[in-house]
Amino acid sequence: MHQINRRALAKRGALALMASALPSSFSRGSANATNTVKLGILHSLTGTIAIAERSVVEAELLAIDMINKKGGVLGKKIQPIIEDGASDPATFAEKAKRLLEKDQVAAVVGCYTSAARKAVLPVFEKLNGLLYYPTYYEGLERSPNIIYTGQEATQSSIAATEWLHKNRGSSFYFVGSDYIWPRTTIKLCKSTLRRLHAEVVGENYYPLGHIEFSSVINKIKTAKPRVIVNCVVGGSNVAFFKQLKESGLLDGNTTILSLAVTEEEVSGIGNENAAGTLSCMSYFQSLDNVSNNTFVRLFKDQYGPERVTGDTLACAYTAVLLWAMAAEKAQSFDVQAIVAESSEMEVDAPEGRVTVHKDNHHLWKRTRIGKFKEDGQVEILYESPLLEPKPFPVL
Amino acid sequence: MSIDTIAMQAFTGVSIFSILMLMALGLTIVFGLMGVVNMAHGELMAMGAYTTYGVSIFFQKYFPGLLNAYFLIGIFTAFVVTFFFGYFLERTIIRRLYKRPLDTMLATWGIGLILQQLFRQFISPRPVSVPTSEWLQGSLYVTESLSFPLSRIFIIFLSITVATLLYIFLHKTRWGILIRAVTQNREMSGAAGINQDAVNTYTFSLGCGLAGIAGSSFTMLAATAPDIGQSYIVDTFIVVVFGGVQSLFGTILSAALIGQMQTWLEFYFSGSMARASILMLVIVVLYFRPNGLFYRKVRG
Repeated sequence: MHQINRRALAKRGALALMASALPSSFSRGSANATNTVKLGILHSLTGTIAIAERSVVEAELLAIDMINKKGGVLGKKIQPIIEDGASDPATFAEKAKRLLEKDQVAAVVGCYTSAARKAVLPVFEKLNGLLYYPTYYEGLERSPNIIYTGQEATQSSIAATEWLHKNRGSSFYFVGSDYIWPRTTIKLCKSTLRRLHAEVVGENYYPLGHIEFSSVINKIKTAKPRVIVNCVVGGSNVAFFKQLKESGLLDGNTTILSLAVTEEEVSGIGNENAAGTLSCMSYFQSLDNVSNNTFVRLFKDQYGPERVTGDTLACAYTAVLLWAMAAEKAQSFDVQAIVAESSEMEVDAPEGRVTVHKDNHHLWKRTRIGKFKEDGQVEILYESPLLEPKPFPVL
Repeated sequence: MSIDTIAMQAFTGVSIFSILMLMALGLTIVFGLMGVVNMAHGELMAMGAYTTYGVSIFFQKYFPGLLNAYFLIGIFTAFVVTFFFGYFLERTIIRRLYKRPLDTMLATWGIGLILQQLFRQFISPRPVSVPTSEWLQGSLYVTESLSFPLSRIFIIFLSITVATLLYIFLHKTRWGILIRAVTQNREMSGAAGINQDAVNTYTFSLGCGLAGIAGSSFTMLAATAPDIGQSYIVDTFIVVVFGGVQSLFGTILSAALIGQMQTWLEFYFSGSMARASILMLVIVVLYFRPNGLFYRKVRG
């Protein structure tokens, strides 16, 4: 005779309910099981780097939207999974792990600061994930699990230093944030200047988020350099530019070139504070080509006419396109297959036609130097020929 | 080093001193006089900055010709807004936590986070641009190579004015006597018939209002973003604790010392080293004088 044990029944019922509530992605290999493919997006939505990184997510979503409208990748719609790195490298590493293990994304587009990238690198290599890194950086890296759609040093800071020496002067003052990218970049610039027999009259670093720049401005006034190279990153640039402007340094014939300021940052800094300063990037919104005109128009239609597009946004957009193209060519989402098919792939990016390098995971691209105008847009002063990416340059 | 550089560096030291003092006065009132650890002090400064931003937008839209005058009105409005927010905060949350300092810390930390998210949600997650009034732009040129930024001169005058008014308020008015009485001996003042509730409320509101003034003036120097409070709060606490929690004069002296030290250390070393050195110094001083530079014995 069975006695209905209510307690046992309740227990079994609860277990059944919980089991049915488990998301289907807990099962392995789910990326191919449904009609969607997951693409991870890992950027700082909060914190001091949000000024630069938040809108990069929007560019990536725009690319995903565009691809989905044309049918998706390999017949599947791309489903973006967005995580916030909160301007903290440890958080980036944690979220990267989560995206790869729990969400089982096919690839991730993410990171801005080199500190974040260095933190997630071991995660991607260990779990065999694929990261598209859309930000200009210092080079000196070539991971089998990362494709770099931004500039490395020879395509940005070294090219800029050479141009500055040729066109603006021989005494340089460096100011930067205190972490790997500015320190390495400035080291590379100084080696370049040594080769060119130019003078370095000052070098100062401040922690990310620092807002009191009066001492370094006094030092600059004392040292009287012809060129100031600005490697300050993120929200600190707002304070730096405001204080530079009121000090009168922007009015003289000192050239200030920033390596981490795009149209995006200028909208936070204030157009009037950045006007007249220079920036070195591969992409500026004012570039006139078919691909960019479409990109800018789509972006403004989606997000508002007052919005601007900067270098990292364009590179992130390009990254998503490259991933989709490589997946189609490889007929698979397998990381190694996509990386192999990416080699020497060409695409019409907003910055112009770019080619993936044969084996070093970087892009052939042009570098440009421009001057910020009163409206926040850039007047292009110099455009280089297509430069081969050399992440490990001989200095 | 030329005389110009020394002069500019000394000025920078005074400027940093005035900034630290402006930030710390509000916190001293609240922390020092009431024992309340207000972790949301930075966010209240941000609130002051955003209020000024709002006033600038209002002027740009309705009185574009009067844009030059907006800033002083902006500072005043920031004070009023943060004062009333402080009033509201004290009445609802803080007053229930007077005997529980750790809980006050936690509660105000939570309020700070909520405020940050509210700024992000309803204003913008990215920094907003607050225009500097024309009469405050640029520098005062004493000679060709010696110049002092006008916005910093303004902040120095503002902080001296605020500190003076605060001193007069605390030492020469009736409310001031009430506040000081409650601070020095809470029970006795209660027994003497002083309305402690009212004193608590208005003291806290005053502290918040001062934070608003500080945040408002910093729109000229730095970004106005949801998380700027975090950049300010640590320095502010260091100044207050270093100076001696109960002492207004201690706060002022500590701000002056830290201001000058920061300037000169940054001149000779990197920003990170300067910061580390100052923190080391504060730790060493606190080791020998755990209550800060100036300590006043109080009861209750």
